[in-house]
Amino acid sequence: MVGLSLGLVVAAVVALCLGPVQLKVPLDPLQRKVLLDLRLPRVILAVMVGAALAVTGVLFQGLFRNPLADPYVLGTSSGAALGATIAVLSNASLHLGGLSARPLCAFAGAILATALVYGLGRMGNRSAPTIMLLAGIAVSAFFSALTSLLLYFRQEEMAKIVFWMMGGFSYARWAEVKMILPYLLVAFLLSRSFARQLNLLLLGEDKAHQLGLEVAVFQRRVVFTASILVAAAVSVSGSIGFIGMVAPHLVRLFIGPDHRYLIPASALAGGLLLLVADSLARTVLSPVELPVGVLTSLIGGPFFLYLLKKSRRALH
Amino acid sequence: MLVPSIPILSVERLSFCYGEQPILADLNFQVPTGSFTGIIGPNGSGKTTLLKCLNKTLTPTDGRVVFCDQDLRGIRVKTLARMMGVVPQQWAADFAFTVREVVMMGRFPYLHALSGEQAADWEIGRRAMEMTKTWELADRPITQLSGGERQRVLIAQALAQTPRLLLLDEPTSHLDVSQTLEICALMAELIRKQGLTIIAVFHDLNLAGRYCDNLLLLKAGRIYAQGSPEKVLTVENVEAVFGVKAVVRDEPNTGKPHIFFFMKNRLKSKTAF
Repeated sequence: MVGLSLGLVVAAVVALCLGPVQLKVPLDPLQRKVLLDLRLPRVILAVMVGAALAVTGVLFQGLFRNPLADPYVLGTSSGAALGATIAVLSNASLHLGGLSARPLCAFAGAILATALVYGLGRMGNRSAPTIMLLAGIAVSAFFSALTSLLLYFRQEEMAKIVFWMMGGFSYARWAEVKMILPYLLVAFLLSRSFARQLNLLLLGEDKAHQLGLEVAVFQRRVVFTASILVAAAVSVSGSIGFIGMVAPHLVRLFIGPDHRYLIPASALAGGLLLLVADSLARTVLSPVELPVGVLTSLIGGPFFLYLLKKSRRALH
Repeated sequence: MLVPSIPILSVERLSFCYGEQPILADLNFQVPTGSFTGIIGPNGSGKTTLLKCLNKTLTPTDGRVVFCDQDLRGIRVKTLARMMGVVPQQWAADFAFTVREVVMMGRFPYLHALSGEQAADWEIGRRAMEMTKTWELADRPITQLSGGERQRVLIAQALAQTPRLLLLDEPTSHLDVSQTLEICALMAELIRKQGLTIIAVFHDLNLAGRYCDNLLLLKAGRIYAQGSPEKVLTVENVEAVFGVKAVVRDEPNTGKPHIFFFMKNRLKSKTAF
């Protein structure tokens, strides 16, 4: 984990130096503005979002006992997309603490979608994770359909929304950092406190119950915390795939399944991965910026297959 | 302190239905403190369901369970985990925890939120592993263990909860002959030396007859007979409940009743059994 932290710091410093505008010490006013107002919040935001996605991945993989669970299984990203779409299309001139309507409405949409999925999934005493997964699929499809419908009637705005949905940090400013920081801090602390219970849950719901865990209550808490994490992440950066699913797996390969180490290490790994991805996205075709979400999926897909091959060989 | 004459568990009019389907109907029995109680019966008679009702995994549709003088419904899950350990029949070991980590999870109901395991907890875990002969496996990942080894790890985990009552669902199903005898001897020793009470579901009637001092014979969700092995394991009971022909002889060495089974509609030929 020390390695990860160091790696993160190094990557951050490197990322700060990358970009179309050359930074030379001593900094002139333009360079300082670029560094402090554009690059630093962007680097910080990328790390925060990466960490949030990775931790959510860990939480969901533990909750659903399914290694394929990613942060968006409960419909959060489609809710955010719908919120963002409504904000952009209605030309709402909402300004709260430096934030435009889009991230605010995206956050609201994300929370709404997850609350809906959670409410649907709560049947009887135990909030059956399987039911929630299915509800997530249904709600995702429904919200996506609504979004597509809206865009169909306002096709001139389509490019803007689709670009946002692909995920990116071009709009990252201090306002966004300030908006999600409190949510992320609280959620990270909560997540870390779930570590032992998540370990127990890996043995099965019945066994966890026999060892003294109030399973239904705990599942509710995890869904709540994870939803905050994802909603915060998606509202400022669109839907960035793969980090949330792959980072926990990578970390698990080295550290093992114990959540007491898995959660903080995944946060660091996710932050590092997304930072690297974002730095690549904005420098590879400089000065044009690629959407980060596209990059993570492009690299993430084949990389994940490689991981699979490697771990299968290790098992034999 | 537990007074030995008061039953540790008392079940009154217990019933359970899966929706419309009745599984258990009107069960009434008591488990004496310090006893080794065996639950026996054919497949589908409700043995596992009964165990689940006893550890609050399932909520009975009628009746009540009184454990250590309290209604089970009023006992919080974490408190219950300190008093009752459960060893299930099967267990999917998908994640590569070490044996030590799995056994130490048994201390969860005792851990405070902020502090971790204390020296006393590690000591309890170690003793639980030594008793089940899993201490040698402590650092092995559970995914690499055989079925029998995993079974013993689960028993160790339940013992780490330092319970007063241990519930086991067919604890010897994955064990070979010598391991079976070892585990049964271990259970007898736990009762003698640690004052534990044990309730175990048994597939093997003769094993139950040899080690248990109290038996519950279930048939189709009801108690057909209960009491000592001599009283329950009779030819009439076995034939009525299991639908086979039975012959009972005394075991050599132990003198306990041993049942031999034969098919009901025997062919005239001597080679048929």
